[in-house]
Amino acid sequence: MKGWFHVFLILAALPLAAQDSCLTCHKALEGSLQKPALAFQDDIHAHAGFSCADCHGGDRTSGDMEQSMSRARGFTGKIARGAVPRLCARCHSDAALMHKFQPQQRVDQLAQYQTSVHGKRLAAGDTAVANCVDCHSVHDIRAVRNALSPVHPLRLPETCARCHADPKHMAKYKIDTNQFAQYRGSVHWEALSKRGDLSAPSCASCHGNHGATPPQVASVASVCGTCHVLFEDLYAKSPHKPVFDSMGAAGCVVCHGNHGITKPSSAMLAGPKAVCTQCHDATSAGGVASADMGALIAKLDTALNRSDAVLAQAQNSGMEVSEPWLQQIEGREHLIKARVAVHAFRTAAVNKPVQDGLAIAAATRKAGEDALKERDSRRIGLGISLITIVITMLGLWLAIRALEARPPGEGLGVGG
Amino acid sequence: MPESETPKQVGESWLEERLGLASIKEFAAHKTVPVHSATIWYYFGGITLFLFVIQVLTGILLLLYYRPTTTEAYESVQFIVTRVPFGWLVRSIHSWSANLMILMAFIHMFSVVFLHAYRRPREITWLSGIALLGLALGFGFSGYLLPWNKVSYFATKVGTDMAASVPVVGEQIARFLRGGAEVGGATLTRFFGFHVAVLPGLTTVLLVVHLALVQKFGMSSPPWLKDVKLAQMKFFPNFFLRELMAWYAALGVLGSLAAIFSWELGEKADPFASAPAGIRPEWYFLAPFYTLKLIPSHVLHIEGELLGLLGFALLAVWWVALPFWASARDGTLRTRWVQGAAVALIAYLVTFSALGYWR
Repeated sequence: MKGWFHVFLILAALPLAAQDSCLTCHKALEGSLQKPALAFQDDIHAHAGFSCADCHGGDRTSGDMEQSMSRARGFTGKIARGAVPRLCARCHSDAALMHKFQPQQRVDQLAQYQTSVHGKRLAAGDTAVANCVDCHSVHDIRAVRNALSPVHPLRLPETCARCHADPKHMAKYKIDTNQFAQYRGSVHWEALSKRGDLSAPSCASCHGNHGATPPQVASVASVCGTCHVLFEDLYAKSPHKPVFDSMGAAGCVVCHGNHGITKPSSAMLAGPKAVCTQCHDATSAGGVASADMGALIAKLDTALNRSDAVLAQAQNSGMEVSEPWLQQIEGREHLIKARVAVHAFRTAAVNKPVQDGLAIAAATRKAGEDALKERDSRRIGLGISLITIVITMLGLWLAIRALEARPPGEGLGVGG
Repeated sequence: MPESETPKQVGESWLEERLGLASIKEFAAHKTVPVHSATIWYYFGGITLFLFVIQVLTGILLLLYYRPTTTEAYESVQFIVTRVPFGWLVRSIHSWSANLMILMAFIHMFSVVFLHAYRRPREITWLSGIALLGLALGFGFSGYLLPWNKVSYFATKVGTDMAASVPVVGEQIARFLRGGAEVGGATLTRFFGFHVAVLPGLTTVLLVVHLALVQKFGMSSPPWLKDVKLAQMKFFPNFFLRELMAWYAALGVLGSLAAIFSWELGEKADPFASAPAGIRPEWYFLAPFYTLKLIPSHVLHIEGELLGLLGFALLAVWWVALPFWASARDGTLRTRWVQGAAVALIAYLVTFSALGYWR
């Protein structure tokens, strides 16, 4: 009965089939046969005028199912996973065609994919690896900037994690599955998800997207240096670079980790959580230098925080302290410079910005304390003024009383 | 000079010949104020006048340093409050005094309504008083922009946008106020001009008229005491000394507010920045502001904001015309109507101002 009903629906829809028989008929169906037709309404390709037949073949203009889904008319049906990249590349590697729709878009995705771990494994016959539709979705593909797209910056880590956080899926590749969990505790995730900074790095920023591959030990600093330019520059000139290279240690990762990079602090330099002590003995030159650098940075940080507290107190008391607040911003810039200078791994390099920052912190603290003194003197002035006013009012009241105590005949006071 | 005259007498007779002070002295000596349970309300007009004088004096001091350009306005006020000796006090007193003056003017207006002091022959006194209150609000609106900070900039933008909603001439009014299509340097310059020249000029004229009429007709006694022989207090010195006490009290409150709660300068206006959250006008514009927020965008095909402004215009006309509808044709006063209207108006202003502030 249900089958006859479907036939009836399809027949009823035939007059409209001239437009796109695939959509017309599949929308009238149910379940997995209907789902792609409904999803395709939101697909970027549908909006650009493409149809099911552009990927699946067949004749969309024919209302006759036999004709429209005929092998003779190129109908391929469900596309094999291994064939997906080349199918997408038919258009996406065609510069002339892409220029009509997205002139800015690159056309080397397939070439890149073929260099990726995913692409190489697919070429070797492993169809369980990710291909285009695993990341971009299928039938409801949206532009990357669309927040509903699985490759939108805010959703990309979750999309990668669908496979990379799945122990079953990763078992045969012997890859850890903790990257996503680590990443969600990182400063990069915080910047992306909490601050909404879409330029903050996620998986593809370091590993690439279509040419996804893990950065090699030698190239880690370059990967981080894409954004952290000054740090890479200082590290490249530092004594650590040749030592780490000879040890086969992965640059930045040695101290900061990779997926779970947390907010750096001066505690990384000195104290029980110091990362320097992984290699340097506390009494060695390196150990002393790291402790000195940590102490200098902590000193500036503390001084600036003290100034903040004094200025906040003055501001809350109604004092105008916007100028020292502006100077505090400059002081914090010196703190940032000092933290950057740590990557030169020389105490003198850190000392310079720290001393500049300390001078500013001293000036702003003095400005805050002066403002508090001024507040106190204002309050004393107010107290004296109020006492004077009260005494004057009292005098006036006594004068009125004396005035009105005189007999009415003297011409003053209240009379009927 | 006759030998019997002292230098003081010589001076007095010299002034008398030229100014005729004797008639003024004579007038002052006979001026009285009725004494009854509501006499206290007579002091609020004087307090408003005292605060206006403070506004003029502190305003002149601020003028010595203030510069009305978009590049210098904020910095000049910052200079006043941080570098000029007692500049912070002058600026803070000017801002607090402006607000207290408007509050006192409102209290004075409602006391006049509840004591029915607007009634014949004091209709013009009432009209000049209402006009003075309008000018005080104009002072507030124009002065608010002058520090050129973020909040004042966007509040002026909202305020002038409302003016643009007036049918037919709205766009022209908004353009006249702004000196262009948007709030900018031209707006600041002309608001400064309104604030220090146009409004003070108009206020001086109206104030002279208002005070002259008060002297001409004297203090009004409430109608329910018309058959009672009221005790009279001499204006000089008895009432004046009491008024002086009230001024000192006002000065104490003003000084305390200015010293403890210094008026904030805020952040410099940035026309390219987005409007800060919770933008709202000064407290005396909050009730109409919140009312306009509540009106739907369209009511029966009429634009909501236009409908609101029309409603306020009708309300203002009705209130200004109070002395004319408060008396029936036979001359009897519709006291209950007037008191009911005043209570309703106070309830509306207080409730909607509070809602506008907290929501």
